[in-house]
Amino acid sequence: MHSSHKVLKIDYEKCTGCRLCELVCAVKHDHVSNPMRSRIRVIKWEAEGIYVPMACQQCADAPCVNACPVKALSMNEDLGRVEVDYDVCIGCRTCVSVCPFGGMQYISADKRVVKCDLCDGDPQCVRFCEVKALEFVDVDDVSLDLKRQAAIRLQAADKKAAALQ
Amino acid sequence: MALNRKLAVIDLTTGDIEIKPIGIEVRRKFLGGRGLDAYLLYNYTEKGCDPLGPDNVLIISGGVLTATCASATARTHIMAKSPLTNLLGSSNMGGFFAPELAWAGFHHLVIKGRAEKPIYLFVHDGEIEIRDAGHLWGMTTTETQWAIREDLADEEVKACVIGPAGENLVRYANVMTGIKNAAGRTGMGCVMGSKNLKAVAARGTQDITIARPVEALEYNKRFIDQITSAKVNQTQGTLGTPFIWGATNCWGGLRTRNFQYNQCENADDIEPERIDEIAEETIGPHHMTGCFGCQVHCRAQYKIPSGPYAGKYDEGPEYTSQGAFGAEPDCKSAVTVLTGNHLVNQYGVDNLEIGSIISWAMELYELGIITKEQTDGLELDWGNDEAVLEMVHRICQRKGWLGDTLADGGIQASEKIGKSSFDYLIQVKGMNNLHSDERATPALALNVATSSRGSDHLRSRPAIDLYHLPEKVLRKIYSSPVPYDGPLSSEHTSYVGKAWEVFWQENTYMAVDCLGICKYHTTFLGATLPNFEDWPKVLYYNTGLEFTPVELWDIAVRCNMIERMFNLREGMSRNDPHTGDVLNHRYHDEPCRRGAPDVVGLLIDREKFDQMVDEFYEHKGLDPDGVPRPQTLERLGLSNEPSHLV
Repeated sequence: MHSSHKVLKIDYEKCTGCRLCELVCAVKHDHVSNPMRSRIRVIKWEAEGIYVPMACQQCADAPCVNACPVKALSMNEDLGRVEVDYDVCIGCRTCVSVCPFGGMQYISADKRVVKCDLCDGDPQCVRFCEVKALEFVDVDDVSLDLKRQAAIRLQAADKKAAALQ
Repeated sequence: MALNRKLAVIDLTTGDIEIKPIGIEVRRKFLGGRGLDAYLLYNYTEKGCDPLGPDNVLIISGGVLTATCASATARTHIMAKSPLTNLLGSSNMGGFFAPELAWAGFHHLVIKGRAEKPIYLFVHDGEIEIRDAGHLWGMTTTETQWAIREDLADEEVKACVIGPAGENLVRYANVMTGIKNAAGRTGMGCVMGSKNLKAVAARGTQDITIARPVEALEYNKRFIDQITSAKVNQTQGTLGTPFIWGATNCWGGLRTRNFQYNQCENADDIEPERIDEIAEETIGPHHMTGCFGCQVHCRAQYKIPSGPYAGKYDEGPEYTSQGAFGAEPDCKSAVTVLTGNHLVNQYGVDNLEIGSIISWAMELYELGIITKEQTDGLELDWGNDEAVLEMVHRICQRKGWLGDTLADGGIQASEKIGKSSFDYLIQVKGMNNLHSDERATPALALNVATSSRGSDHLRSRPAIDLYHLPEKVLRKIYSSPVPYDGPLSSEHTSYVGKAWEVFWQENTYMAVDCLGICKYHTTFLGATLPNFEDWPKVLYYNTGLEFTPVELWDIAVRCNMIERMFNLREGMSRNDPHTGDVLNHRYHDEPCRRGAPDVVGLLIDREKFDQMVDEFYEHKGLDPDGVPRPQTLERLGLSNEPSHLV
């Protein structure tokens, strides 16, 4: 048995744009409703009906971890997540600047940075997403599943092409 | 927390803005959303005020649960005296506006006066700005929203706006947010237009503290599981409201050719499955979208496949657009339905009203009451798709004699057209019916006749009456939270016990409208969905407010009563054909010509209908004229209105 962990898998094509993930994230972590506090945000192109949920990717070689001047950030291998040690963090927001996904955010009301902690293994965004735009799956299974979906598309295209001949 | 959200009174004439707290006494009597709106409307307007004058007030609100950790609390409610009916104007929409308003610190905006030139309001984190809208005037509903975001350099701004129909004072212009969320009925967009108010934009970053967050989160999960396990919502989430199209047509409940038939011959051509075939990115599991925090996701997305608007993205069409651009004018083409839906969304006009009024004009044209000269040469024949779409343009732009005439609504138009035109107008209290035919369903007929905002299906419709549920099940639903041991019937063609069903539904819908929850999350189309037993818990976990189910019921009864008091004050009377709780004579005189065997030949019996209305009044505590008895007002604490509590 190889060692692996679970990751947040986002399939934006399934997202209905309801932003329930944002609501439950803020309620779970900060006991308030306020999307500004949510660790996950749905970015929208409303005029085209496209919605893309964005959150921390828990990178293996994370820019935030590398850039932190006081080493307050580290990868927790067991939970598969990058964590903030608030006893060490000085709130300089370097991590916010370097993250290519906007996964790190600064909450000015609390004067601290926050990020997705995968709810310690039971992400509430996943739990509440009925359409399964968000799933919590084994890291090794993500690409296999994507391969399968691509194969289905290819096969369907082939059948269509054959029908045209 | 939710309860510290404020009320703002904005005077567009003077530019004065007053911000007030909403006291607990007010919450306990009127809760929030539509109920509190009704109280405010009654208090902030004078008897006989001109709907299009500066004395009318426009109230925009969220519910008491809006943006809390409860399911589907997306609803925005809008109220004013209606320029279409001269009675209660009231409309409700989903989307993302109300939550943003709540995060910005507000639950109710009371807008009075009239701005000198086009303006819009920007509400953000406890503050309200009046901003110039000269550059937005003339824009469509979506153009306006995107331009406001650019103006404020903020993509997260949500706005409710009017389109050209509201600017042109079409009396059934709506207020829209997003691509297709519409507060469609009773002409609230026309009131905005009369105030030179192009839009209200909101952006909020204020916390709404949840009273008991752990319980609220867990209860919300249970709630959502209950809602999404209902077959009716699963179907809605795949096909949207058009899922009821085929079934309704089969038994004979679709108003066709104005009111000539109760079934349309071309229904298959505009079924949701058919639309799915022809339109790119349309109805289907991956092409649905939803309002804030809702897991029903009942809104389809589509691109128009052909014609002059080919490639345009829009959302819907709802069941109502199928009727407006399908059954009523007897058009066959799904592309017409998709195009008509796109046009009404862009112009910002009520699809139900415009579809109904065009099909009325088509019947008058067929009868020779409207001449080709009056249509400026347009051949308004049944099934003339191009003429129907052309009429949408003309009405929204008030172009030509007929376009301008129809833009004033059915009753005013009938006075201008004259002859026997009024006899053919399918309206109640001046508002036209949607494309449903209630001749075979006395419960639904009573619902449209007595709805507080005129002919409408979202105020008191006992839709589950059509399901032939066993009497035991009906009794379980309809005898909670207050006991009912009177008669009930599972038969949809019966008149027995229907008055109670309508009364019960009226209170249920008022309760969700006060809470800010969508009707698909209660007993509307599904019999197993949350009710008065569930809401007190949701309220308590989220806001800390404690109510018993009966107390919540009483709030709903009180709020419905104040809506009726408003209508009575503005001149409503029971048997008046323009304002009363009555149906068009055709319901009583012309039997159904098509449909299921037990439907053909049916009509609404006058005597039995009057008895139902009597019973309904009795349940509400009204006298036979439909006026509240003094003891009813005493019991509901409404003896001293207007009481100016806020």
